[in-house]
Amino acid sequence: MDFFEDWSDYFEVVINWSDRLLDGLLTTIQLTLYGGALAFVIAIVLGLMAGSPSLWLRVPARIIIEFFRGISLVVLLFLLLYVLPQIWMRNPGLPFEGLVRNTFLVGVLALGINYGAYGAEAVRASLTTVAKGQWEATTALSMSWPHKMRRVIFPQAWALMIPSLSNLWVHLLKGSAIAYIIPFVSDFTAELNNLRRPTDIWFSHAFIGLIVYFLLALSITLLMQLLETRAKRRLGRGAPVRQSTSADQPSSTATTSGGSR
Amino acid sequence: MTRVTISAAEIEDPTLVDEDQVRQSPFWDWEFALDALPDMLLAFLQVTLVVTVVGTLIAAVLGLVIAVLLRVLPAPLAWVLKWAANFIRMTPIVVQLIFVFWTFMWLDSLTIGIVVFGVHYATYMSEVYRAGIESVPKGQWEAATALSMPPVRVWRKVVIPQALRSTVPSLGNYAISMFKDTPFLIVISVAEMVTVAGQIGAPTFRYTEVYVIAGLIFLAASYPTAVLINRLEKRLAYAH
Repeated sequence: MDFFEDWSDYFEVVINWSDRLLDGLLTTIQLTLYGGALAFVIAIVLGLMAGSPSLWLRVPARIIIEFFRGISLVVLLFLLLYVLPQIWMRNPGLPFEGLVRNTFLVGVLALGINYGAYGAEAVRASLTTVAKGQWEATTALSMSWPHKMRRVIFPQAWALMIPSLSNLWVHLLKGSAIAYIIPFVSDFTAELNNLRRPTDIWFSHAFIGLIVYFLLALSITLLMQLLETRAKRRLGRGAPVRQSTSADQPSSTATTSGGSR
Repeated sequence: MTRVTISAAEIEDPTLVDEDQVRQSPFWDWEFALDALPDMLLAFLQVTLVVTVVGTLIAAVLGLVIAVLLRVLPAPLAWVLKWAANFIRMTPIVVQLIFVFWTFMWLDSLTIGIVVFGVHYATYMSEVYRAGIESVPKGQWEAATALSMPPVRVWRKVVIPQALRSTVPSLGNYAISMFKDTPFLIVISVAEMVTVAGQIGAPTFRYTEVYVIAGLIFLAASYPTAVLINRLEKRLAYAH
């Protein structure tokens, strides 16, 4: 089909398929939200462990972080998809079989674990960036660990870690496109690929896909920027203070900065 | 021209695995693992490493070009370039691969993989270079102007050498990221290591060995590199 000759047919096909495309979009958004939530929890727990002075917490956290950061997302996905269920196949009657065989949950799990390990590094780094005097002051006041984390350290670290977490969330959204190869999960990319067959002109669909992902990524960065502004305001710091304290760094609020993974 | 590519439906469906066959076979089969290893290593050397190395070279050069152009182009053009780079950076590499694969039908998929990875990561690296260029003290620019150096010479002899210094660790991190992203090439059926691993495992549903080996190879290659880059970063930080 030639796009320029049959453009009305073309749009008819796209409109006919719009239900499926929206379903796929919904799946991608769900993967991003659930995966992001899981990654966030993993990042906070592992990050706090990796930043703690106790060797018993730090060493296991480091091993877990390096393992899941070093192993590629796709390899992790395939291990969860094809190797993990074997344990249930070999031992019939083990609990949670339904969960392991739910390929959507496996996708969420792979995204959450992989990006959670990256996020843990960001959490740990921002904990160490909190001024040393703040840590010393909490010790001087003999605050308990939960108390000082909740009231003093974490709110400051939180404002510092939001830009990295924002970048990682965008990475997770982009990584979720690999759900295309997960059986029974029809994410946005998979539905776009289905659309290629009835219309025969793929490039325009892929381009629709790129634009949609771009808009989703922009919404994530805008949302996280709002969170950052709020977190800083709660610390009583306006934007100018922060800029003057980090003059040599590129502005952390740059909407689209890549950041290190 | 026709393209043959893998689609979601064509990939092995884990629920269709013959579970009796799985139960009767051992969880780990050393013989199978040793048989699979040479093919996987070959794919690793011939495809995964080639894509990573050539892709990183393209990204490192193109990223610098983008970063310099953003500074020297007139404002409207720089704005267009900036948002083009943002667009590439904020969209999934999987969709980009598929887009280029079906749009440029005459290119082979390995070339597409290398170019898409190179361009995608160039947009990341341009941010690193941008920060590096911004970190060059203003006095250097002023001194170059005072010496009435031509602009090309200012960039080549004064700014870029100083800007590059602090960028090396970040560029290395992105090279590792790219390395770990190479399995995404499965969507345009490039026979990189993880794709080959799946092909070896598919006939007998023996995926344990191949995917564990693939994971170990990724760990073995990326962890030491990450440690090296970390050390380099610390040394550069002391030197400053």
